[in-house]
Amino acid sequence: MNKKHGFFKTFSVSIIWLWLGIFALVPIALIFLTSFLTKDTNNIVEFIPTFKNYLEVFNHGYLKILLQSIYIATICTILCLIIGYPFAFTIARSKSKYKPLLLLLVIIPFWTSSLIRTYAIMAILKAKGILNTALLAIGIIHQPLQILYSDTAVLIGCVYDLLPFMILPLYANIEKLNHEYIEAAKDLGANWLTIFIKVIIPLTMPGIIAGSVLVFLPAMTMFYIPVLLGGAKNLLIGNLIEYQFLTTSNWPLGTAISVVITLLMGIFILIYWHNSKEKDRESLA
Amino acid sequence: MNQSIIELIGVSKKFGDYQALHETNISIKNGEFITLLGPSGCGKTTLLRLISGLEKPDSGKIFINGRDVTDLPPEKRHLNMVFQSYALFPHMTVYDNVAFGLRCKKVPENEIKDRVNKVLRMVKLDTLSKRKPNQLSGGQQQRVAIARAVVNEPIVLLLDEPLSALDYNLRKNMQLELKELQRRLGITFIFVTHDQEEALSMSDRLAIMNEGFIEQLGTPKDVYEEPKNLYVAEFIGETNIFKAEISEAYDDKLSVEIGDKRFILNNKKKLSAKQKVHVVIRPEDITVWGENEITPEETKDMLSGTVEQVIYKGSTVDLIIRLSNGKKILASEFFNEDDENLDYHAMEKVWFDWIPGWEVILPYE
Repeated sequence: MNKKHGFFKTFSVSIIWLWLGIFALVPIALIFLTSFLTKDTNNIVEFIPTFKNYLEVFNHGYLKILLQSIYIATICTILCLIIGYPFAFTIARSKSKYKPLLLLLVIIPFWTSSLIRTYAIMAILKAKGILNTALLAIGIIHQPLQILYSDTAVLIGCVYDLLPFMILPLYANIEKLNHEYIEAAKDLGANWLTIFIKVIIPLTMPGIIAGSVLVFLPAMTMFYIPVLLGGAKNLLIGNLIEYQFLTTSNWPLGTAISVVITLLMGIFILIYWHNSKEKDRESLA
Repeated sequence: MNQSIIELIGVSKKFGDYQALHETNISIKNGEFITLLGPSGCGKTTLLRLISGLEKPDSGKIFINGRDVTDLPPEKRHLNMVFQSYALFPHMTVYDNVAFGLRCKKVPENEIKDRVNKVLRMVKLDTLSKRKPNQLSGGQQQRVAIARAVVNEPIVLLLDEPLSALDYNLRKNMQLELKELQRRLGITFIFVTHDQEEALSMSDRLAIMNEGFIEQLGTPKDVYEEPKNLYVAEFIGETNIFKAEISEAYDDKLSVEIGDKRFILNNKKKLSAKQKVHVVIRPEDITVWGENEITPEETKDMLSGTVEQVIYKGSTVDLIIRLSNGKKILASEFFNEDDENLDYHAMEKVWFDWIPGWEVILPYE
């Protein structure tokens, strides 16, 4: 029996390793390898080792695109936090019979491909779209707003797409928050603002950080949302990578940018890991 | 000292369909230690939270120091509460926890420092002020919770089962410390507990609560010796209850038949003949004799039974005596000069009575 159990354990662990090996480790290794090879128009790559790709990443004004991506991702994260926090708070504090329904409403959009949802946003935002038609009809504006193909449109798309990633970890955290802390603060004379800043935010910090990481990382590398909603002029790092692979067929450069981005986000996560560990322990105790 | 600090008039509270507190009137005197005692769900915590302002009453008025505070939020009531789970802020140090209330009131930081340190010295935690709550023991957390409340110099301190999470010995110590603290501060304590022993030993007065009503409000002695009804009698301490009918009633005496004997008892409540009553006798008021200790002449006014169990308790010996009609009686016998041995054994036939007048007679409700 023990032997059988041992076999089953070995088997399932092997499956997981095999899966990770084939679908995560090997592709990453290939990307890493490709980034040191030379571009070749006919065979995709030539096996001539070089650092040229990395030099190009830092020389070619791509840095500006990188900064622009970080900027958009940061704004997107902040917006998600501002919108998602009250949302998560309301769900966590509502009667337990409504909670599953409210959570379902958050999750339902996941059931539709995010590409299709992005097209839906286009339909809403475009010059003769639903938003402009409605605003014109009410008489708030007299000229259609040019929202589509701007940073605003990209942000709307990103926030809409990533909001659930912010709400769910926040909800999990706020739900665990003992209501007695809030009552104790009230009893000690704190007004709502003080309670929020001094008690609720610090105690839900793990959720805030988890949500922010979950929104920031995908926001950095979104590529179809900037293309569809931002138009050609809003090139972000995700588009740049896509462009290298699909348009210029410069795989080595594309992989080099990918490696740089991966390292950068790895550093972000490491910093988060380092700073959060102690805080987590304190506020989750 | 005797003016009332908190006054509730016709206060009631419903949660959904559940009447947590029926219309209640209570007047709490300045400087007293009052306990709300009852089983869980009796409304004691609701009453406390209504006083604190964490709940709003459905009806009635609440006065603090003569001022109507019914519609005031908790932060404007000058009361502070010690929560059952302490609710210490886990992300703050002991010092910051205690300073929280003063900072909310924008007290200057140097004054805060003095007051917090003084209170922490008082609860003997001044050396631990830099610790986080999770680095403290249960008793220490309890003291931080008390310090956090009293540093605000409330006119009344509300305590919601603050000792229930502590183990027996620590609870005993904290009871003494709390009582001592209350004497030193001279402020009113409203204490909620389900532990009757705790309530009897700590309170100046206690309110026995049941199903949203206050059944009786009085000193521990009143409540124990003169329970108003059967619920209170049974809730506080051990009781022996005999059902009986008054056969004759006079101005200050009445006679009832218990077992097969007639007893002449005091008629304090001016009851009349034919009324059905409960006669309540505390185990420690019962005196037990072995068959060879008394003469048949003396047993004339006594009840008899057989000893079913002898429970040695150190300072007392408890006997469970079964009467001929099957009813069981609990008697606590003390070791004293008349009775040094108390060596009863099971199945022994014994006689017992009690000191007339120490019984409580409660009419049927």
